[in-house]
Amino acid sequence: MSRIVEYTCIICPSGCLLRVEAEENRVVKVEGAGCPRGVEYAKQEFSDPMRIVFTVVRVRNGELPTVSVKTTRPIPKNKVFNLMKMLASIELEAPVEIGEIIVGDAYGAEVVATRRVGRREPVAG
Amino acid sequence: MIEQKYDVIIIGGGPAGLSAAAKAVENGLKTLLLENREMLGGIPFQCVHTGFGIHCFKEDLTGGEFIARLIDRAVEKGVETMVKTHVLKIQVYSALEKTVYAASPKGFLKIQAKAIIYAAGARERHQYEIGLAGDRPDGVYTAGEAQALMDVYGVLPGKKIVIIGSGDVGLIMARRLAMERAEVKAVIEVLPYPGGLTRNIVQCLNDFNIPLYLSHMVREVKGSERVEKVIVTRVGEDMKPDGSFEFELECDTVIVSAGLKPDVDILEKIGVETDPATGGPVVNEFYETSVPLVFTAGNALVVNDLVDYDVEQGEAAATHALKLLGDYLSPRLEWRRVERGRNIRLIVPQLVSGSKDVVFYSRVQYPEDNVRLTIRETGFEKRFFKVKPAEMIRIMIPAEELAKARRGKITFEVVR
Repeated sequence: MSRIVEYTCIICPSGCLLRVEAEENRVVKVEGAGCPRGVEYAKQEFSDPMRIVFTVVRVRNGELPTVSVKTTRPIPKNKVFNLMKMLASIELEAPVEIGEIIVGDAYGAEVVATRRVGRREPVAG
Repeated sequence: MIEQKYDVIIIGGGPAGLSAAAKAVENGLKTLLLENREMLGGIPFQCVHTGFGIHCFKEDLTGGEFIARLIDRAVEKGVETMVKTHVLKIQVYSALEKTVYAASPKGFLKIQAKAIIYAAGARERHQYEIGLAGDRPDGVYTAGEAQALMDVYGVLPGKKIVIIGSGDVGLIMARRLAMERAEVKAVIEVLPYPGGLTRNIVQCLNDFNIPLYLSHMVREVKGSERVEKVIVTRVGEDMKPDGSFEFELECDTVIVSAGLKPDVDILEKIGVETDPATGGPVVNEFYETSVPLVFTAGNALVVNDLVDYDVEQGEAAATHALKLLGDYLSPRLEWRRVERGRNIRLIVPQLVSGSKDVVFYSRVQYPEDNVRLTIRETGFEKRFFKVKPAEMIRIMIPAEELAKARRGKITFEVVR
């Protein structure tokens, strides 16, 4: 039994409409992709959807109270909220530099800082 | 009162201003950059998502990563910057004599400059510009305010959210709020099609089962102290309520994401001519406004959808400033006016000479498939598979082509 599933590609702003033909749980054909990345995306989305996670993490003694972070690669979509919960429990000490690793292994990705947060100058007195 | 003198003062420390400043210093101009927030970086600084720098760094960076590179570059070049410095007024005495008045932590500043590059960005359209009626409770934010609250200052603006406007900013905020476990009740769009990119509908709304109501508007906000609910109504083709369908959504927060408008109040006070189509200044191919040696770049010129364009415009403005400072006494070129024909909502620059290649930035009024972008007077044409208001068209037209238009105007139009 073959079936057709449609996705909109999220890899680039073109947003190609992808038609995936699958037999059992196997992709046999992908139509509509403007580039090979779209074909890859369609296969991945069919078997195990993945997303990059962007959020912020608390910072102590920083010029700002948060630092933005991202996963270095997509993680399984159904793990996104688990990771969010874990990140909500973290508090870093300033300074934080861009690229600094915040979590070493988050479902196969690293979580790294994407903003520089300097240390807050102590207030005199 | 502190007094100083510069070749060029750049107003605004976002992507366009930082790029202009780095280029101006590279060009040997004595440059000062003024920023009114507490940090450099402008809007990308508060954007945790990617989509920045795809053209200029060939990488897909987050807002923070992207802007850090521009800040580092400006610092390396030795750009002099002042933050928390709010420009109050510009005064123009002559082509080469301008004074910028600003309030700063060091006190009241009076700074002399020959040229000004105004790169203060755009401001968000607010609730009263979109006719949002009803009570005036706490809990109504613009998307940018909500973004700064969450992603710079770590404060969740609310728990039950309704978003007005389906532009990319509204969609991206819907996702951010949903990620932080706020309940995003709906995105309401007055037009019959979404304002943002399809991929953002997919990854920001569909991923989180957030409903999108097209051809609907929030007719009224209700709440005594905090927002309690909104009344949503269907609209007809004229974008007015048609009385066919109405419902209430309980919520504690309304986020208005109704587009941006170049923030040019300060320029209007010195008599800069503005274009009703862009909301920004009318500029010539040097990005010079109707006031000599006052330039604009970035979202203060036209609301761009790729930050790469802001960078490109900033650098170009700095290069043009150098050129015109060296040659400001030479007779002014004769300008051909750039006109908007069929399905062109806006286009910059608005004045061209025909002696220089020009990069145009344009937006269409409505989506169309299989069309040609043409110049009526010269016969130029380029095919487009698809045009949409959300996707700016960037196109370089060579001087020879522009010079073919002899009758003092150049009309861009989209034809089928």
